[in-house]
Amino acid sequence: MEPSRDDFIIAIRSAFLKKGTKQRFSLIALLIFSILLIILGKINFTPINYLKVGINEILYRTAFVTSLPEKYIGYSLKTIEEHIKIYKDYSTIEEELKEVKSKKYKAEFLEAENKRLKKILEDITYSSKSTIAKVLIDKQSPFLRSIIINKGSKNKLKKGMAVLSDNYLIGKIVEVNYTTSRVLLLSDLNSRIPVSIEPGSIQSILSGNGKNSGLIQYTKNNDFIKTDSVVYTSGTGGLLKPGIPIGKILNNENQNNVDFFSDFTQLRYVQVSSYTEEEKK
Amino acid sequence: MSEFVKGNVVSKLIKLAPAVILFISVLNEIDLNYLEIFSFNFPFILIFYWSLRKSELLGYGYIFLAGIFNDVVTGFPIGISSFNYLLICGFAAYLRTITLRPSMVKDWFFFLFTILVVNSLSYSVLNIFFSIDLNYKNLFFNIFFTFIFYIILGNLFLLYQNKYLKESDD
Repeated sequence: MEPSRDDFIIAIRSAFLKKGTKQRFSLIALLIFSILLIILGKINFTPINYLKVGINEILYRTAFVTSLPEKYIGYSLKTIEEHIKIYKDYSTIEEELKEVKSKKYKAEFLEAENKRLKKILEDITYSSKSTIAKVLIDKQSPFLRSIIINKGSKNKLKKGMAVLSDNYLIGKIVEVNYTTSRVLLLSDLNSRIPVSIEPGSIQSILSGNGKNSGLIQYTKNNDFIKTDSVVYTSGTGGLLKPGIPIGKILNNENQNNVDFFSDFTQLRYVQVSSYTEEEKK
Repeated sequence: MSEFVKGNVVSKLIKLAPAVILFISVLNEIDLNYLEIFSFNFPFILIFYWSLRKSELLGYGYIFLAGIFNDVVTGFPIGISSFNYLLICGFAAYLRTITLRPSMVKDWFFFLFTILVVNSLSYSVLNIFFSIDLNYKNLFFNIFFTFIFYIILGNLFLLYQNKYLKESDD
């Protein structure tokens, strides 16, 4: 019994403590250094944050360049697929376009009326500033859903700003570097956004499910939420403007999944917006 | 003279290939993570194989740096991936020390044990200390496919090793 235990200890010591042949660093030293980095990162040690920002700046650009060939193949395949689909969809789209055009005029009228009534009621109106940013990296870890964009504190971006694609909300800024930022997508498990579901004006929280859809949480009664209801931002908390469209409800047995209007796997350019309350005149 | 220099450069490139592939894999999507459910951890396979079979080709310093790069790209807290990768090196080094006759199948099952331990440790740290929610179904499939792909990629690496690295050993 005793010799086998000794063998085990000798093997462990040899594996972890002995510097391997042609190895410049000892394994145990690097392991300890990694643990140290994790701990310092956890306690928000300032030099570690600077180190992280520095590495981010260099690496995001490098990763963008190295992933270009792969991205090009992906986009080319997508383009071919879309070209084939265009012929099939043409007549349907034409009819839909007519309908949308008439709805657009109605919406413009309603928007103007809404603004006028809000002024009468002395309610809050919002003005927004937008910046267009290019997606540098969209590497999706199986556990985290985020993208990197090419605008940062240099362009006056701040944490918490809304990120949109084709006027649909896709996420918010969670990390700002000098020339780049990280956007946490709505589909991430850690994303939580206050939403309003129409019709019915049901207030709820939308969280990601780690895939390409969302999940409606904390509603008293799911029966009030109907399939195909539209999910908008509610504006609760003040970070986001109310009424930004997010997606549609897909009823799935006992839970309400949200099918996002934007395809998070095909993001190339996004719009970063900040909203401020307009002064009442 | 020029042929000698050319041969030397090619031999160096062949030896550097595992490290280069490791860096490309952490900066790219070789692991197919964008597909639903199906994903595997390519760096785990690469690091385990080369640390086990030819540790001198993949320096611990490179592995540590690749881990840092991976953390930055995927958005994990800095140091987590380096810790995982180096732990895999440790397990591979242990297996190398206790093995007299290497066998791919034995390595394969020890790899499963390694990734189970490493992933459990890493996700406990992420969940407990950094309050990062994780999808356990994705995690399970990631471990499963990483395990399955080891035998395929391991054999490809073995072919490469036998074809290009045998001569440099002699």
